[in-house]
Amino acid sequence: MSLALHVTAYTATSAAGEGRDALLAALRERRSGLRANDFTAAPLATWIGRVDGLEQEPLPERFAAWDCRNNRLAWRALNVDGFFDAALAARDRHGAARVALVVGTSTSSIAATEEGYARLQPDGQYPPDLRRPIVHTTHSLGSFVQKALGLTGISVTVATACSSSAKVFAQAERLIRLGLADAAVVGGVDTLCGSVLFGFNALELVSPEPCRPFDPERRGISLGEAGGFALLEKEGRGPWLLGYGESSDAHHMSSPHPRGLGARRAIAAALTRGRVGAHAIGYINLHGTASRKNDEIEAQVVADLFPAHTRASSTKGWTGHALGAAGILEAAITLLALESGTLPGTLNSRAIDPACGAQLRLENEERAIDFALSNSFGFGGSNCVLLFGSRWPH
Amino acid sequence: MAALSAVAAVNVACVEGVGVWASRLPGWDAAREILRGERGAPEARAPRPAPELLAPTERRRAPDTVAVALEVASRACESAARDPKHLPSVFASTHGDLAITHAICDTLARSPALTSPTKFHNSVLNAAAGYWTIGTGCLEPYTAVSGHEHTFGKGLFEAVVQVASERAAVLFVAYDIECAGPVVTMAPSQGLLGMALVLAPENSSHTKARVRWELRGSTAPQPTAARAANAALVAGNAMAPCLPLLEALADGKARSICVIVAPQLVIDIHVEP
Repeated sequence: MSLALHVTAYTATSAAGEGRDALLAALRERRSGLRANDFTAAPLATWIGRVDGLEQEPLPERFAAWDCRNNRLAWRALNVDGFFDAALAARDRHGAARVALVVGTSTSSIAATEEGYARLQPDGQYPPDLRRPIVHTTHSLGSFVQKALGLTGISVTVATACSSSAKVFAQAERLIRLGLADAAVVGGVDTLCGSVLFGFNALELVSPEPCRPFDPERRGISLGEAGGFALLEKEGRGPWLLGYGESSDAHHMSSPHPRGLGARRAIAAALTRGRVGAHAIGYINLHGTASRKNDEIEAQVVADLFPAHTRASSTKGWTGHALGAAGILEAAITLLALESGTLPGTLNSRAIDPACGAQLRLENEERAIDFALSNSFGFGGSNCVLLFGSRWPH
Repeated sequence: MAALSAVAAVNVACVEGVGVWASRLPGWDAAREILRGERGAPEARAPRPAPELLAPTERRRAPDTVAVALEVASRACESAARDPKHLPSVFASTHGDLAITHAICDTLARSPALTSPTKFHNSVLNAAAGYWTIGTGCLEPYTAVSGHEHTFGKGLFEAVVQVASERAAVLFVAYDIECAGPVVTMAPSQGLLGMALVLAPENSSHTKARVRWELRGSTAPQPTAARAANAALVAGNAMAPCLPLLEALADGKARSICVIVAPQLVIDIHVEP
């Protein structure tokens, strides 16, 4: 069983908007943040969820060593919704060593390494402005956020592909439950880069049109970028992190288990830890990448495990697939659904795949709910499901 | 600075299995004697281990990270007499597969449309963990963590935290590899080095050592250094900070070491045979 923790602050920034109000407005107005790919120098016919203005927004001078697209988005995301101040207040309340930092990413600041290769000097070295080791390693993100918040406790970067910034909630709960921290800043940031755009293209998984999750004629994923954070505390105000479930598929590096075995285990573990039954789940934010396989299998799992009155949707039509930041972005959307009563539907999709049960919705719905799940399933068969509640369940 | 440790009752882990592989420390049995100084390290570098968990065709093509991680993980589970299928795992790597990062960045700079799909899915930091769970049929969760120069400490810490919080055995695997190309100028690492531990919450007939651990804040951390002769065997590898713990386990005597977990945080580890 896990310790129920309050989410005392949270925020997310993506192509669908900067901060919670903008994100909620985009969800309500069904305004997609996707656009035709204008990010890669080489042509690639796909749609992306790009965050505007990062190119013109270097980090403040005191953080110059960490400056890169990924840490710029981390900085932008930290500075909305009052999150930065909430984190500093927690630091003052608990002590800088007692606030853990656990963040997730898939590719972190690899765009800086890609740029180094694109601008190699005649001597085979990176250009002088990119000779900064900290932006050429995965922990670039954790290192930067710890520095930015002035924390001195544990800081770690989780990189389990698309489940990364969901698993951070689990890792933080364990630290707090054991008394190794009193609070935790969790989150995740992933930014667009050549590796993922051309990598997913090579796997024939990117869509030539805006992604259409769970549509029978879906053509693949739209990649996106996002950053988000949450503050977890034992005491305070705000919705609850009630449980989580983690599992492995043990099947294939880039294709889900055909019967969704790992997904089922992760869902069951989250419900068990939180002591909430499937019948009580009002909304599920699905992984719903709009890849042929993911959606087919996830649809079947949800149809099998949940009653017809549970609402389920993928919000990737708004944001694109933010990979290592998908967990925190969709946790934020799930928390917004709990707090606002706006249950997002599924954008861009015109019809519902026959594999889906009654749970899958295209239209938004206004309905107060008590409990909600967020699914994150990633490359390498790493699954994580988060259970949130607007009230204490027992 | 204030004590940060958990209550004493939980901060114990029993080492049931150890795996290690470096080109001059090929396997724990040899490494134990070499690290104790009882015999010299082989002059010739051992060839890269072949991950027997993978199909023969995949074995040859497996990236170095996967080869070394699967080797040490398998050996640790064997010596613990644990079925890997039932072990959750924590994988730690400073830089992941630098050779793949180099290949992908090189392709992106020249002809991005030629990016290899296999290289791409092997480029994720959790590739070795993914192959491990696939190869062993393990449905238990894994995580993959990174922490720049403190990766070993952060990974070890997550592993002992899971042992304490879930009261279940955990497999811990840490590794880094060598690579050529511009990437190494900013992410240096030489040679192959992998180590793995099976850690359990309670004593068993397979317990080889007990470790008591304590988290401690420190403004000027002074991690335990490896003996010079041993350090030279894995010099330059980004996972070299794992060596003092391996030495302590090899010694088979009560010993305390200090490992850095974050810039102002250390974990004190008391090894008891």
